Amino acid sequence: MTSLATPVSIQGDRPRRLWRNRLFTLAMLLCMLVAFGTLAVLLVDTLITGWPAISSQLLTGLPSTVPAEAGARPAILATLYLGLVVLLFSVPIGVMTAIYLEEYANRERWWNRAIEVNIQNLAAVPAIVYGILGLAFIVRGIGVGRVVLAGGLILTLVVLPTVVVSSREAIRSVPDSIRQGAFALGATKWQVVWRQVLPASIPGIATGSILALSRAVGETAPLIMVGAITYVAFNPTLFGPYTALPVQIYNWTKQPDTDFQTLAAAGAIVLLVIVLSMNAVAIFLRNRYRKQW
Amino acid sequence: MEARRIDSGKIAEVSHGLERTEVERREKVFSVTDLSVAYSGNVALEGVNLDVHKQTVTAFIGPSGCGKSTFIRCFNRMNDLVPSARVSGTVLYHGEDLYARDVDSVEIRRRIGMVFQKPNPFPKSIYDNIAFGPRVLSMEGSLDERVEQALRRAALWDEVKDRLKDGALGLSGGQQQRLCIARALAVEPDVILMDEPASALDPISTTRIEDLMHELKRDYTIIIVTHNMQQAARVADMTAFFSVIVDEDGGGRRGVLVEYDSTTKIFTTPSDKRTEDYVTGRFG
Amino acid sequence: MTTADVTAPRPATTILPRKRIRWGEQVVYGALFVAAAISVLTTVGIVLSLVLPALDFFREVSPVDFFTGTTWAPLFLDARFGVLPLVVGTLMISFYSALVAFPLGVGVAIYLSEYAAPRATAFLKPILEILAAIPTVVLGYFALTFVTPFLRNQLGVQVEIFNALAASLVLGVMLIPTIATLSEDAMAAVPRDLRDGGYALGADKLQVSMKIVVPAAVSGIIAAFVLGFSRAVGETMIVLIAAGQLAQITFDPRETIETITAFIGATGNGDVPTGSIEYKTIFAVGLTLFVMTLVMNLISIRLVRKYREVYE
Repeated sequence: MTSLATPVSIQGDRPRRLWRNRLFTLAMLLCMLVAFGTLAVLLVDTLITGWPAISSQLLTGLPSTVPAEAGARPAILATLYLGLVVLLFSVPIGVMTAIYLEEYANRERWWNRAIEVNIQNLAAVPAIVYGILGLAFIVRGIGVGRVVLAGGLILTLVVLPTVVVSSREAIRSVPDSIRQGAFALGATKWQVVWRQVLPASIPGIATGSILALSRAVGETAPLIMVGAITYVAFNPTLFGPYTALPVQIYNWTKQPDTDFQTLAAAGAIVLLVIVLSMNAVAIFLRNRYRKQW
Repeated sequence: MEARRIDSGKIAEVSHGLERTEVERREKVFSVTDLSVAYSGNVALEGVNLDVHKQTVTAFIGPSGCGKSTFIRCFNRMNDLVPSARVSGTVLYHGEDLYARDVDSVEIRRRIGMVFQKPNPFPKSIYDNIAFGPRVLSMEGSLDERVEQALRRAALWDEVKDRLKDGALGLSGGQQQRLCIARALAVEPDVILMDEPASALDPISTTRIEDLMHELKRDYTIIIVTHNMQQAARVADMTAFFSVIVDEDGGGRRGVLVEYDSTTKIFTTPSDKRTEDYVTGRFG
Repeated sequence: MTTADVTAPRPATTILPRKRIRWGEQVVYGALFVAAAISVLTTVGIVLSLVLPALDFFREVSPVDFFTGTTWAPLFLDARFGVLPLVVGTLMISFYSALVAFPLGVGVAIYLSEYAAPRATAFLKPILEILAAIPTVVLGYFALTFVTPFLRNQLGVQVEIFNALAASLVLGVMLIPTIATLSEDAMAAVPRDLRDGGYALGADKLQVSMKIVVPAAVSGIIAAFVLGFSRAVGETMIVLIAAGQLAQITFDPRETIETITAFIGATGNGDVPTGSIEYKTIFAVGLTLFVMTLVMNLISIRLVRKYREVYE
């Protein structure tokens, strides 16, 4: 041990420390590089490969066995319809469930705790299992058939837990003092929820819902299971057969002909535009309405 | 034995509050008998008996944890919102049991209003804050008139009359609290409960709130909880001193009412030693 | 002033109002409960739709053969129903993708939590979200058409056209945002005081991060790992497109394999007659998958609860 009589330079172990820290920082930056670099490569590669096939033909035309003439209009339309169905069902059901759990349910009761645990579990179920659920009920159960509505309902179930979780968070972030003040004036529970809690949590609910929607639109596995058919050469309707954009991309990817690969990349560009713009809107909403209580 | 007279120079000016005889001549608004409150079995407040009379200001004072906030919430049944709370004993409101099974607690809260420690304006406009109560209660009459008169009574009208559509959160702390008072006034209450209404405010705003209490007492019955003794001395006609009893064995803390009398008496010749100790600052 | 003062208190002679049943409130409560019950119905539906056909399947195929058999060939004339190749394929892909996702994810998390300036974080986190938002079909396409040729041509790795390696790499990168955000949450929950204590003793940033923050956040990080692994097990499109359809037991990532999810996806898509034994395999295999992910999720919830308690 160095005696304290001899002054030890306060530089201490600095050189070795410096190197260790530098190496570590380098390692971390490498992690970032791999993650973001892969993203960049993916986006650039898809863009470069698919760009030649982007045309009004792609966006407005019907599919064809000839790559040069193939279009994705039915698929794009079906994707939009599916998104609409998901929006119409998942938001009301999800928000209502969240309101029930946050404002009405007595946590001491076992059935309310069961509902909570249940939703957490559903969030972790793989999307394809929802597809199996759809398959069993479409083919044997209710027998709605391989139609857009069925696909939309299955996708709704896939994203419902996400909507519930994010809505709960938005509702929970409303300060309790607001509720107390409203109750103290003689408002009923629903009046407090409808007139104070919900309006204050709309930005959070909207952000969560849009993110859930963007995920639903990109889902492929459940749709494959419930019968989004390979070749649809007409505009889809709510109760008719259909194929969706992700499924179309999958089908084109499977074809050995490289022209179809180009088409697949082009389809991917369209899908990415749809999904990423929804994400951008959600992020914008989240930042704009960051409330200071 | 003659009660010792405390040197009242040690405490702030006692208000020219009503004498006890004058207070008791007035109609009883609340009559509390043997009230206890327990949360999940742990008794927070025990065996309280007191009467509150019409158009007076009653203050609850005492050290923290003595149950005064719990007690004041019994008057408008806000404890109902806490699932683990159990209230036993009787609270009579104008002679009727407040906790009877078939009493509508929503209507109770219209008549017995509450202002909270930290001002809690809704994230809406000033107008919508005041209008919220009348709207949800479907009160008749002109909404604009109600809003204006409520703001006037709360001494806030002149400051906000040109910006009723502005957000309430933009007001200063003192203004927000007066907004909350106006909000409570807009639904035509009979009683106003105030849980430490000025403790989050600066001294000037505090003085304004206290002046407001003097004004409001002409028409309303006011009950306030305060940890500031001087404030109680300044505004209250009657003062109730609560204290804490610690169980030797269990270590549980219970709040009890120690003494309830006219403010002058509590602050100059209290009957109970604990009251004297608290009021002269020896503890709490 | 001119009109009667509407806010004057009403005379207190009115009798206390009696409670009347507020029908509106009851209806609302009922509707909300029904909405919440839908999630329960979903679970019941999932369980029924898996268990009933699976039971049917196990009447024809012995569970022992199913769970211990090493050949999976349900569509052949001489059908074999040993699920192990699928399970091994699934676990292998998940394992290799975890090798990618866990270190990189934690590295990104440490950087964002301990090192990055707030402005950098505000810029980087959305990019992480974008990575998380890429549809898996696009990732699968990328794995097949870019990563595999890249491995073969640029890196000289002898991979099959459909191979586990490309799929694992892409799947691993896909999971980085999940691991990173959950780990970062866990690290952010570590109180400042702990870090300050370390700095005050003369530790440098590296030591504080690795020896104080990460250990304190470890149960949250492990929960992130379990969740990430569970998502890898359940992922379909990347493996369906890039990993192949050859059910074999191998640990060499350069080879073609088949995962549980890929089998389900390929079979459900095709023209398998309803009620046939091939059709029923979907449900038996699906049940296996469901149980695997359920168990992992329950473990993860336990861990999350454990780390939440420590500071709250």
